[in-house]
Amino acid sequence: MVKIEFLGPIEQDSLEIEAKSLEDVANFLQNIENVSSWLDRCAVAVNNQMCNDLSKKLNSGDVVSILPPVCGG
Amino acid sequence: MELYQGSLDIKSIFNRWLDEERESNYGAFIPFIGTIRAEDNIEALSFDIYEPILESWFNSWVDRAEKRGAKVKMAHSIGDVPVHTSSYISAVFSPKRRVALELIDEFVEDFKANAPIWKYDVVDGKRIYAENRSTPMSGSGILASKEDK
Repeated sequence: MVKIEFLGPIEQDSLEIEAKSLEDVANFLQNIENVSSWLDRCAVAVNNQMCNDLSKKLNSGDVVSILPPVCGG
Repeated sequence: MELYQGSLDIKSIFNRWLDEERESNYGAFIPFIGTIRAEDNIEALSFDIYEPILESWFNSWVDRAEKRGAKVKMAHSIGDVPVHTSSYISAVFSPKRRVALELIDEFVEDFKANAPIWKYDVVDGKRIYAENRSTPMSGSGILASKEDK
């Protein structure tokens, strides 16, 4: 199982799903109502490393973080 | 990197940083301080931080500064920060002014664009995500369906 956590203002509890790659995560999240409208503005981290590669392979226990637009300071 | 609940005591942080580098032989020190302005009836701003990625983002800047003979420091607030108090202080120390001036600009701009911090206006005690002042981080959108891109 892969854990997906939603950071900042996205109102969605963490999810655990079976996924072999980030592409599987994308396909899953595109069908989650609270989340799908955020995806075009969100960055992704796998195990706290930023990741831009949709073909990134995932292993059981990996944590995928969804990061919406930021504004520090 | 330092994180604090609520407003920063910027004077004490600033003084401590000066003391820490007093003997380091840096010739230039440039601080940047962010203070909450009273506008749009807000009482405060409020911040969420994702610490693991903020830490790695900051450490990458420590390395970049070090390659130029300089040092960066920063402190940021978590939670509510009332108007007219400060939520952010960063600083660059370098041997000479040019590197310090360039680095503070690059560092603060990248901080705004890529540090995993989320800002909310606090109005009537409610937190409202500051969506239109927020910036998608580098690489955003990879999970969106192709039709949405």
